[in-house]
Amino acid sequence: MRLSLSSSYLVLTGALLLLLVAAALHASFAARALLPGVSLMNWQVRTLELTDLTLFSEASYTRNLALADRFTPFQDSPMALEHFPSGSVAGPPAQLRRP
Amino acid sequence: MRNLLERQRHILDFTIASLLRRKWKNGSLLAVYTLLVFLLSSILLFSHALKTEANAVLQGTPEIIVQRSLTGRYQPVPLSYAEKIAEIRGIHSVRPRLWGYYYDANFLANYTLLVPREGAPQPGFIDIGSGISRIRDTHPGDVIGFTGHDGKPRSFTIRKVLPAGSELVSADLILISESDYRDFSGLPADQATDLVITVRNPREFSTVAEKVVRLLPDSRPIVRDEILRTYDAVFGWRSGLVIVVFGAVALAFVIFAWDKATGLSAEERREIGILKAVGWETADVLHLKFWEGVVVSLTAFLAGYLLAYAHVFLGGSFLFAPVLKGWSVLYPEFRLVPSLDCGELAAIFFLTVVPYTATTIVPSWRAATIDPDAVMR
Repeated sequence: MRLSLSSSYLVLTGALLLLLVAAALHASFAARALLPGVSLMNWQVRTLELTDLTLFSEASYTRNLALADRFTPFQDSPMALEHFPSGSVAGPPAQLRRP
Repeated sequence: MRNLLERQRHILDFTIASLLRRKWKNGSLLAVYTLLVFLLSSILLFSHALKTEANAVLQGTPEIIVQRSLTGRYQPVPLSYAEKIAEIRGIHSVRPRLWGYYYDANFLANYTLLVPREGAPQPGFIDIGSGISRIRDTHPGDVIGFTGHDGKPRSFTIRKVLPAGSELVSADLILISESDYRDFSGLPADQATDLVITVRNPREFSTVAEKVVRLLPDSRPIVRDEILRTYDAVFGWRSGLVIVVFGAVALAFVIFAWDKATGLSAEERREIGILKAVGWETADVLHLKFWEGVVVSLTAFLAGYLLAYAHVFLGGSFLFAPVLKGWSVLYPEFRLVPSLDCGELAAIFFLTVVPYTATTIVPSWRAATIDPDAVMR
């Protein structure tokens, strides 16, 4: 028996919704599986007194965003290279934007 | 009720047949729409997951850090500052923190040297992050050499490699003893990189920070909340790349919806005219157009969002990785904790499905309310 076009569409949408539910289940199981890793990092941050993630290690002001100041992007000379794209991804910390 | 459902199913049948008659045009429309939803969802899922991860991981970051600046540059803090700060009421403890950067010219990578408060390696030994172990192919027991502040080489034996599961905070770390660090960096015995303060009452963080500045005007206290807010700001809606990608996608979507809203093609108008001529009512035509909008936008929304989920949480955000890596030689390998945020899902739905469906119906309503004869001519 051949499905009508509307039935085919409803089956496709149903399949996509099922995949969305599967993604939600995957998220909850994966979060549980990755919890030890998060706890380990949390413990390291606490014991080593760390302040930042190692997402951008190419410059001090991107490596330690929370400790950055207003002028490090310019380094020590006006022609010092800006580290694109990290410098563009990382906006100034909230406390530096306050007047 | 049964009749109503049957009627809608027949209209849906007709809608899909009509879309399939122009399969190339509608297929490319669906592909572009899915791509827009994919990009928007990817950036939102990625930034949300990173913010959540940063928040979870950095909960234990120091309560208050005190830096010192001189002539506009950061300077080491004299240990005498710690004694002065310790006298402020409400402070539980003040500890010096020893850390700094080391640029490895051979591998073009920056490392972070740090003296741990507890469990520091013995002099002559270091612990390294798994990122350093990976790029230098070094393992416990190997000897590694660095050039000190005086230009003389120093060698250290690797005691252990920090766990790979913690690369997001430790990929570039080198843990070293205090005596080795001072000898290597040239930092005098009476100075520290910065100070870490613990406060008895967490509600007094900002008050204590103000007192520190009043006592030592050349100091800069950074409170834990500010550290946590930094990552909200970096990966928030208003931050650099997120806003650029989001703006570009939003603009593309506006153009896309505007094209639909500004009118129907002659062929579509003729189709509406014929349907009216053979007895379809205006409401039926609007139902037809409603289903047309729903079929395209709902399919694109679901497919785009699922592809984005797979890209960010199963594919390791491979499209964003080169952008994030930038100049970094040493980049952490990490798996983001997946999260499906219902609020964000609803926001993407209302940003994409609702406007598109509305812009499909409005021009059709105008065409469906005029005389079929005039439309067909």
